[in-house]
Amino acid sequence: MSADIVDRHGPAPQAAAAALVAYVLSLADDALVLGHRLSEWSGRGPTLEEDIALSNLALDLIGQARLCYSYAGELEGLGRDEDALAYRRDEHAYRNLLLLEQPNGDFAMTMARHLLYAAFLAPYFTALSASSDARLAEIGGKAAKEMAYHLRHAAEWVIRLGDGTEESRARMTAALDELWMYTGEMFDMDADESALSAQGIAVDRGSIRPAWEATLTRVLAQATLARPADRWMQRGGRAGRHSEHLGHLLAEMQVVHRAHPGASW
Amino acid sequence: MTEALMPLWEVFIRNRSGMPHKHCGSVHAADATMALQAARDVFTRRGESVSIWVIPSSAITASDPGDKEHLFEPTASKPYRHPTFYTVPDEVGHM
Repeated sequence: MSADIVDRHGPAPQAAAAALVAYVLSLADDALVLGHRLSEWSGRGPTLEEDIALSNLALDLIGQARLCYSYAGELEGLGRDEDALAYRRDEHAYRNLLLLEQPNGDFAMTMARHLLYAAFLAPYFTALSASSDARLAEIGGKAAKEMAYHLRHAAEWVIRLGDGTEESRARMTAALDELWMYTGEMFDMDADESALSAQGIAVDRGSIRPAWEATLTRVLAQATLARPADRWMQRGGRAGRHSEHLGHLLAEMQVVHRAHPGASW
Repeated sequence: MTEALMPLWEVFIRNRSGMPHKHCGSVHAADATMALQAARDVFTRRGESVSIWVIPSSAITASDPGDKEHLFEPTASKPYRHPTFYTVPDEVGHM
């Protein structure tokens, strides 16, 4: 069903339901934006093996996004399906973390971004698999296994690039340094998400921090890299205030669907 | 990518318990851990694999194609070695 026929003057959903929709959409946006970023590597990976690996990671994330968009659309009850939510919302409606829309940069940048996020998301989804919301618990259980491999894959590369050649080490150090200011936002929760967490539906993001810290400490030690110094953290993605990069990403991702609404093959 | 930094590894996959690992291809990787991950990413995308082996290609000792006359051709005249003279019951499964 297309967004064209949505009745924009219909009754507003209950506030609690709206909070859940917003939360599930934020999970979906995170997964789709990072999945799309990784898909940009398809055909351009540093080796054939890594090209396929990056596409596999992208497909895991896009699969997670689809599950979340479908659920958000059902909860919303306005007839928007996964395509309407992914392809027909503008930049300011997207709620993804700023970290995930950052450009791929070089391979070190992509792996650094992936380590920083997978180290959070793997334990996050494990916790979500115990959600009191059955659909979220199901999504969490499936995605936790996928993200455990993402973490393993990214960590092995960060270790080898950090503890590698002079050039790979310089690139990985620069990548971690550049991305560090986007890590604070992963742990932010607004009042609505905190309320969902208190009800056992969402996961308390702060509770994931010890696992995230432990993973980074272990991986960076093996990579013989220093943890970037904590500093001012960039935020705004959850409020729809994005870096200049998201608009370009969405333009490329949405152009075919918007040019041919409702087309299928 | 140089052969010295990213040597070749042979990949063997077992798709079901009880069946042997089968050679399915090769990957380039810097070390055994990365070879295992590359093998997973390249060769187990569609299957229900349960186990992967990776072995440095340089560790394999291969027969010389020039030796095929004395290694393999003598068996051509010994059809009695093929177990085709009796039927295998279905219950036996894979042999």
